[in-house]
Amino acid sequence: MSSAIAIETRRALKEYGTGSHAVRALDGVCVRIDKGEFFTLLGPSGCGKTTLLRLIAGFETPTSGQILLHGKNITTVPPNLRPVNTVFQSYALFPHLTVADNIAFSLRMLGRSRSDVLQTVERMLSLVRLESFASRKPQQLSGGQQQRVALARALAPEPKVLLLDEPLSALDLKLRKEMQRELKRLQTETGITFIFVTHDQEEALTMSDRIAVMRSGKILQVGAPREIYNHPVDRFVADFIGETNFLSGRVEGDKIRLSSGELVAAETEGHSGSVTLAVRPEQVGICPAGTSDSLTAEIVDTVYFGTDTHCHLSLADETELVARLQSPPSGNIGLSRGEKVGIKFNPGAVQVLNE
Amino acid sequence: MTIVSDRAFSVSRLPGFATIAVTVLVMLYLPIVLLVLFAFNAGPSPAIWEGFSLHWFPRAWANEQVKEATIRSLVIATSAAIISTSVAVLAALGTTRRRKSPGQTFVYLMINQPLMVPEIVTAVALLILFGFIKVATGYQGLGYLILAHSAFCIPFAYLPIRARLEGMDITLEIAAADLYATPWQAFRHVTLPMLMPAVAAGFMLAFITSLDDVIISLFVKSAGQDTLPTYMLGQIRRNMTVEVNAISTLLIGLTVILLTAFFLLTRERNRPQK
Repeated sequence: MSSAIAIETRRALKEYGTGSHAVRALDGVCVRIDKGEFFTLLGPSGCGKTTLLRLIAGFETPTSGQILLHGKNITTVPPNLRPVNTVFQSYALFPHLTVADNIAFSLRMLGRSRSDVLQTVERMLSLVRLESFASRKPQQLSGGQQQRVALARALAPEPKVLLLDEPLSALDLKLRKEMQRELKRLQTETGITFIFVTHDQEEALTMSDRIAVMRSGKILQVGAPREIYNHPVDRFVADFIGETNFLSGRVEGDKIRLSSGELVAAETEGHSGSVTLAVRPEQVGICPAGTSDSLTAEIVDTVYFGTDTHCHLSLADETELVARLQSPPSGNIGLSRGEKVGIKFNPGAVQVLNE
Repeated sequence: MTIVSDRAFSVSRLPGFATIAVTVLVMLYLPIVLLVLFAFNAGPSPAIWEGFSLHWFPRAWANEQVKEATIRSLVIATSAAIISTSVAVLAALGTTRRRKSPGQTFVYLMINQPLMVPEIVTAVALLILFGFIKVATGYQGLGYLILAHSAFCIPFAYLPIRARLEGMDITLEIAAADLYATPWQAFRHVTLPMLMPAVAAGFMLAFITSLDDVIISLFVKSAGQDTLPTYMLGQIRRNMTVEVNAISTLLIGLTVILLTAFFLLTRERNRPQK
């Protein structure tokens, strides 16, 4: 049903330069983003996530392919005629205008009535809790406050889709956490579709309804945070989203023989030959050496983090892996360097990836 | 072994630095100081001091020819500054707000031509061209001077405006478009207000350049169209009087005021905008 889709891209392709010097920033991306969704484009720098955002905003036109907004083809519509607004990475607040005038800018361009403008500006100021800063200039505000003005300015004309280009990257950690919650609150309150670009996987996991993981101009996987974290489609996604242990092995019936020679139970259906196993550190348990169905490992190092302990382990063939323990393991295990222990993976936590 | 310090090379530590600096300063400012000093001379000679007096200033102003030349100069300078600044804004937008092309350097050279071609060549060329037009149309007015001044003032207005445009964050214009501004509205409400200090600076530089011009004015002007500088040149050739000193002093005063304003405006530009 197209009526539930806010943004759809059809084989969107973007190349910079011409001929043999052409660089393909976006390689035929097809994605559907639902109305009212908090959708995140996640990937390392240069993966094409910002290019995709710029195509949706209309700052650039695709070399080929289409962009649809609420079912309407907007591929070549200029940005000032698209009901889509952007929060820029640098905020791009107009330095010669006050906070209120910045927020009112789009409304004035749209020719809204004076009273309408005043009302909306007031509502926006209270939405981002900056009521007392209306007559300040952007330079007189802190980074977090400028960020909120940028949000208010982009939300004021009630766009169908709000685009956010790494808006939190310039903030310090504490402020960033605060703004993450604030963004989520604004999205829920306004019901506007948010498309959020970030390279920070934690940010993506905590805020998004769905995430698209991108690499080299392509979307590798689209899914809910839990799905992407627990069932990454390939090694890149598994590695990019959170920490992961990778073990290589071969399928043997319903088990996998690791390169260390030991057998591990896993969901092997649909896989054969050489495979890579991905196991999250928190899914690795430590038990006394020789426990049945456990792998033999030696403790290389133990790092204490307060809430949890990271235990670096080495298997018989010197494959290294990390276990993240929330509480000390049961049995008489000291976690000291060189100690022989057994390790077990939580059932269902071993992800099999084709080589 | 001596320890090699990270002292940078400094001109001010070279032997003779102070002597050279003082000599250069004296060469630059002594003539001006003398000129200004003798504007207050009671006697009629710009070389023999006969006591302090202010009477040359009102006398210069009482001279009908001086008054006319001053007004003519101001009219030409104002018109030329307005025209050249407008053209310079368009030229600066054209050269900074589009993709870099191979012909860019050539375009810069074309725009800045008056800075490079010897003024006397331009003057002769204009004399010939305007000669044709005068014969063909019979028009003898100030238009020729205004047009000529506008042309050679363009680079002076263009340079500060282009510098400011290049330093301006293009994201602001993109943001304006994102917030529903048409290209014209984006220019009118974002680019132009932020460009104003540079526009004012360019205007003032153009104004001073026009006010100051002798060579082109001399070739282009019709009879009875003396500007202040050409009038002064004529006076000196005939009979040097302190009146010229007085006019020069006023011109220096005006220049200092405008240049100070220019400095303040460009300092505003260089302030970080974050």
